[in-house]
Amino acid sequence: MFGEIITSASILGGLGLAFGLGLAIASKKFEVKVDERIALVREVLPGANCGACGQTGCDAYAECLVEGKCSINGCPVGGEELASKLSEILGVKAGVTVAKTARVMCAGIYSSCKVKFDYSGLEDCLAASSLHGGPSACAYGCVGLGSCVRACPFDAIVIIDGLARIIESKCKSCEKCVAVCPKKIIEMVPRCDEYTVSCSSMDKGAVVRKNCNVGCIGCGKCSKVCPSEAIMVKGTLAKIDPEKCTNCGECMKVCPTGAINRYRCDY
Amino acid sequence: MNQTIAIIISAILVKNMVLSRFLGICPFLGVSKKLSTAVGMGGAVVFVMTLSSGITTAIYKAILDTENLRYLKTIVFILVIASLVQFVEIILKKFVPPLYKALGIYLPLITTNCAVLGAALLGIDEGYSVFNSTVFGFGAGVGFTLALVLFAGVRERLEYCDIPESFKGLPISLVAAALVSVAFLGFQGLFGI
Repeated sequence: MFGEIITSASILGGLGLAFGLGLAIASKKFEVKVDERIALVREVLPGANCGACGQTGCDAYAECLVEGKCSINGCPVGGEELASKLSEILGVKAGVTVAKTARVMCAGIYSSCKVKFDYSGLEDCLAASSLHGGPSACAYGCVGLGSCVRACPFDAIVIIDGLARIIESKCKSCEKCVAVCPKKIIEMVPRCDEYTVSCSSMDKGAVVRKNCNVGCIGCGKCSKVCPSEAIMVKGTLAKIDPEKCTNCGECMKVCPTGAINRYRCDY
Repeated sequence: MNQTIAIIISAILVKNMVLSRFLGICPFLGVSKKLSTAVGMGGAVVFVMTLSSGITTAIYKAILDTENLRYLKTIVFILVIASLVQFVEIILKKFVPPLYKALGIYLPLITTNCAVLGAALLGIDEGYSVFNSTVFGFGAGVGFTLALVLFAGVRERLEYCDIPESFKGLPISLVAAALVSVAFLGFQGLFGI
């Protein structure tokens, strides 16, 4: 009987020891160096895990800050006090804000863009989009059922005439709307009061014209008149580079469909 | 060769780990809410199952396959699987950090997952060689991933449906899983397996 106990115990013990040693070696060899600043930063964060900074929680925000990818003014809960503490720990000047705002790249209100289907009873953009692509005749257009409105924690989005519109002065760049839009047409742009091509359609010009009066047909007139070469036409969609744009407004004058609009800060 | 192919088809379709043998229901219901996490979890399980089936069968044939030591197989297999999962976690954290973050708590869940232990024990029961046992582990993992991915698709659609209050959440998921399982009954007798 003792023989059995000893045999089984030694087999189990021996294997356990071997595996334990293997794991110890592996954990040393494949060690991931964690920056200790992350722990320091995490300690001063409020810990509410609300996601208003745009990250998935305070842990993720701490990592993002240390990596230098997030602004220290990004936390509305911590505010000014937090920003100054963070500037101490990270050595970054407070007030270096990357004040981005979200914008819906579509201008298809009911009178401009044709409607294909009537989703009676379905009040969710994601649901409508997964069932035959949504009510809009344009496959890339705003669904207009309000998923982004519900996602925004700062009430910065309104639906007018079937089109979502972001009140850019209220936007805190949390990017929740960007994540929830099923058509992926909400983009982050550097600042408000800008000229933008408000269309995301990758369809050919004739198709766009059939579905919507204000869509971009890719004619390229805007690109030709732009004095700072800020407009590029990729395929059949024009895009304005906000870094190069000087807000002169020449593009909006020549656009045949009215796809270029100026987005003021207060809607 | 024929036996190897039969093993793979059996493990993936005919005797699917989740939908026919009902092993590994815990991660099946826990991780199948989003397609991306389902795929990630499936990949980790394939990796762990293949390696663990091979290693456990090798250890069994080398050390435990004698009259008075066979009873140790359960606990030794658990030891092997636990160490393997720890190892996988270390590798993932170093080489694929986004997947490590996405899986989070689910990776240690694979340790206590009856599907992984089941694949190892079933390989022994059927008397497979080390090679065939590894193939069986791989097939079982792929079958598990298949079930997970299919069910993730079903669940994503289920979210937009009008479900009665008392069925919301887990109950309707279980009913849907049962229906998917019945659908897989259609594979019985495939190629005479």
